Amino acid sequence: MLLIDCPFCGKRPELEFRYGGEAHIARPDDPSEFGDKAWGQFLYGRSNQRGMHAERWRHVHGCGRFFNALRDTTNDRFAATYKIGEERPALPEAQGAVEA
Amino acid sequence: MSAPFRLEGGGRIDRTRTLHFTFDGKPYAGFAGDTLASALLANGVHLVGRSFKYHRPRGIVAAGSDEPNALVSVGSGPRFTPNLRATQVELHDGLVAQSQNHWPSVNFDLGALNDLFSPLFPAGFYYKTFMWPKSAWKRFYEPKIRAMAGLGHAPTLPDPDSYAQRYAHCDALIIGAGPAGIAAALAAEAHGARVILCDEEAELGGSLLAERKGIIEGKDASAWLADAVAKLRQSPKVRWLSRTTAFGYFPHNMLGLAERMTDHLAAPADGRPRERLWQVRAKEVVLATGALERPLVFPDNDRPGIMLAGAARQYLTRYAVKPGSRAVVATAHDEAYRAALELAAASVEIAAIVDIRQDMPGPWAARARAAGLRVLPSTTLCATSGRHRVSRVEIAPCGSDGKIGARSRLDCDLVLMCGGFTPTIHLFSQARGKLRFAEKLNAFLPDGGAENLRCAGACRGIFGLESAIADGVAAGEAAARDAVGGRVEAVHAPVPLSEDGGGGRLEPLPNHRSPHRVKAFVDFQNDVTAKDVKLAVREGFRSIEHIKRYTTTGMATDQGKTSNMNALGIAASALDKPLPTVGLTTFRMPYTPVTFGAFAGSARGELFDPVRVTSTHEWAKVKGAVFEDVGQWKRARYFPVKGEDMQRAVARECQAVRQSVGLFDGSTLGKIEIVGPDAAEFMNRIYVNPWTKLEPGRCRYGVMLREDGSILDDGVVGRLAADRFHVTTTTGGAVQVLNHMEDFLQTEWSGLDCWLTSTTEQWAVIAVQGPESRKVLERLVEDIDLSSAAMPHMSVRQGHICGVPTRLFRVSFTGELGFEINVPADYGRAIWEAVFDAGFSRRITPYGTEAMHVMRAEKGYIIVGQDTDGTVTADDVGLSWAIGKAKKDFVGKRSLARPAMTDADRKQLVGLLPENPELVLEEGAQIVADRQSAIGQKMIGRKMMGEKMIGHVTSSYFSVALGRGIALAMVAGGRRRMGETLCVPMPEGVIKAVVTNPVFLDPEGKRLDA
Ligand SMILES: [Zn+2]
Repeated sequence: MLLIDCPFCGKRPELEFRYGGEAHIARPDDPSEFGDKAWGQFLYGRSNQRGMHAERWRHVHGCGRFFNALRDTTNDRFAATYKIGEERPALPEAQGAVEA
Repeated sequence: MSAPFRLEGGGRIDRTRTLHFTFDGKPYAGFAGDTLASALLANGVHLVGRSFKYHRPRGIVAAGSDEPNALVSVGSGPRFTPNLRATQVELHDGLVAQSQNHWPSVNFDLGALNDLFSPLFPAGFYYKTFMWPKSAWKRFYEPKIRAMAGLGHAPTLPDPDSYAQRYAHCDALIIGAGPAGIAAALAAEAHGARVILCDEEAELGGSLLAERKGIIEGKDASAWLADAVAKLRQSPKVRWLSRTTAFGYFPHNMLGLAERMTDHLAAPADGRPRERLWQVRAKEVVLATGALERPLVFPDNDRPGIMLAGAARQYLTRYAVKPGSRAVVATAHDEAYRAALELAAASVEIAAIVDIRQDMPGPWAARARAAGLRVLPSTTLCATSGRHRVSRVEIAPCGSDGKIGARSRLDCDLVLMCGGFTPTIHLFSQARGKLRFAEKLNAFLPDGGAENLRCAGACRGIFGLESAIADGVAAGEAAARDAVGGRVEAVHAPVPLSEDGGGGRLEPLPNHRSPHRVKAFVDFQNDVTAKDVKLAVREGFRSIEHIKRYTTTGMATDQGKTSNMNALGIAASALDKPLPTVGLTTFRMPYTPVTFGAFAGSARGELFDPVRVTSTHEWAKVKGAVFEDVGQWKRARYFPVKGEDMQRAVARECQAVRQSVGLFDGSTLGKIEIVGPDAAEFMNRIYVNPWTKLEPGRCRYGVMLREDGSILDDGVVGRLAADRFHVTTTTGGAVQVLNHMEDFLQTEWSGLDCWLTSTTEQWAVIAVQGPESRKVLERLVEDIDLSSAAMPHMSVRQGHICGVPTRLFRVSFTGELGFEINVPADYGRAIWEAVFDAGFSRRITPYGTEAMHVMRAEKGYIIVGQDTDGTVTADDVGLSWAIGKAKKDFVGKRSLARPAMTDADRKQLVGLLPENPELVLEEGAQIVADRQSAIGQKMIGRKMMGEKMIGHVTSSYFSVALGRGIALAMVAGGRRRMGETLCVPMPEGVIKAVVTNPVFLDPEGKRLDA
């Protein structure tokens, strides 16, 4: 079971959280300006990262807040968790590297 | 009773406590400290079961959790437990055990005919033999195979025991209490770490429990062990868990441990849990899991009396049991010599040590010769005989070219084998650690982990007592340093890896016989032979993962502990590829089987899942209501009177609502309060509907979409004030809807100033529906004018009912004049009863969810999740009127403009009237356009169905109000098809039905204002 560091509450077991999919996919201010292809990409296109993945979690059985996290999908280690609205933190090269 | 093979002295058994037990009904005796396996061997019993596929006689091979053969059933009645390893079953007085997988008896087993017909059972025989005819599989092959092949029987009675679960945290979790693990625990404790030490055996000590001559730190090994264990037991920082298997390694250093608490007791104290499941979150983990000895693969290597050399040593030294009288030792590794010397010292005659190796670099061969033992290098063991116990072997000289010389025979009643050692890397691999193949050791070793763990001792290829201890000390210190912090200096370094210990052998021993006629077993538990693995390669399988599945090698309950490396070696040489390139199969939890009880813990019976009940639940129970489960909720489905069945009860309930007044508990509806200056703007963005102009005191039916345009949920929303909305959701959608709203509010529109609060549990909802409903409520409501003029349909008022504050909605899900009373949940029962009493003279009738469903279907009101699925848009179900066309944006709006969403052939909600009014269509039934395709569908099968199927029935009931069956359906281009007759093919024949408007009753809505 993952141990997830909620930016509001601290480390809590995965059971308290709900996964929220890939992070930093901002909803456009005016979706009507998007063509069908671009909108389809917004709805369904995901990076499916092998390696460091920016993703959303909600501490649903805790503070209820959504937040973002950087997790290495090859070993499940979290490199960072951060609040919604904050920039994706820069990581040292080695940590962010995708293994071949 | 004297056990003929028990030694006079020695061992770790308690000879003052004789224990009586039965095996297959026969009485035997053993001592405290025995396992079932050691006690049986002491009594000269080697034949303990029949094999899985060929029903061959099988004996005890190992002495621990790696035992592949000796699976037994223990206990009786509700405590009957199948498939336990006799090597791990601790003896207690009165133990009742049975062998498995034979009929009528283990000595005479009809299933053994399978062995004679074994040419019919090659690798993959399930796939090849039983392909045709299809129907025979179900009727004949499957039941026969299931009856013949298999392990113990499942218990038939409910488990009477309780199971506990605990969470624990520690600095260092040390798994395996052999020399390395104990040394690690002592070192970690000395450096200030809080330690948990666990071991699957009853006693801490691991290999030290069978150590006779070793000296540790100047002490005799058993004295060192006793001191160490005493120290660990006294330390307040150490929790030690024996009989505890670390079965799984989960992310972020979470480990699952299964502790067996009462199975070893003759009479467990009442109320004590049988097992305890530990979930341990460890800062650091030390794996000291040791290594498992490998069998050698030679013809008929599965006869009772053929066992691992190390196991024989354990039976001798730990249990004071002679596993035989005259032994042949077959080996590819030095370790077997130690067993031979110790057995010889206990007056077991060693007929010969047959070593396949040409050179024996270590000192052991010389020691054996010095002790007068006959050592035969470059010699193979090429045959064995003996029906229920090995009685003779054939050996032959064998050069490095594999050529066999003149054969000779040796009589014996025991064969010891040692093919080398396989480090126990199961947990390490579960932790997604990387492995590397050490050529000289013929072993995969840990090589960099993903978790905070380190390995010590034999599980990382460090063999020998002294080295294991030193390696354990280093690992324990380092774990304490990393867990506790910078105060600790690790002074000892891990022991450097020496690969000189010998890698044993991963290939079958050469023999002179036709490879087609030889059964040299690789996987004893699943009856897989070397021939099967080679056949799989010949048939084109290349990956070990595929070979494993095709042959089933390594797929038994022991997960190939003794067999995986041999199978891999055979596959690699058959493929003529270096072993590491063939790969290694995945290690999965559990390391050994774990009971369902341990996982379930207290979550069984009433505690299996939380039950949610409304405030009128007890009232409904007294009235004899029949309940249904809706999610975790119990909802009254109907209220039968005087022995009514459901159909009659529902008909009566519907009639009461349509003619007079009914009472319904709607408390399970999800409720969310949305409050704040930007509440209306938030509503505008989340729902398809416009909210800005909705006046306080009015309600609106709201629909919300996912961003992809499909309907997420619906429900009536009341505006209580400019900045306050009372939102309702479907019963099942409450959690999802709040999550959806929070998602957008927190992540996309964090600038909006409003708050969302779940109030589902706070409000009891009592629906009063029917033409007489106003008259009933007028007597109870104090400060709200219920007249149509003052309180029109779709309005909400706040006031009091029987003195209790209420939010009173005038809404209808039945099509009748109706109200929904919201009161604080604690008052729900009181107000419900007050309404019921007030309506007595008008024959007010409680109704359940079934009548509610019928009445809403008569009105064509959809249920999200029943009439819709994840593909249905608002327009598909005729709700485009709800969309605020002037709104620039709302969640899902852009998706509605995608080409596929506006296709005229999309499935649309329609009504269906069966031509025969008595008929009620089946929900989920498929719909086709005409009779021809209905028949075609039946004859041609799936493909035709895909082409011609144009829709499906979503809701279907018998309507008393209309005197006929009615249905809602999603039909392609449905709104174009009004009046068309469609076909519903059913097994009994084709049912014709006419497409209609989905609003069957009172399409003008006059009854709402009755
Ligand atoms: Zn939190």
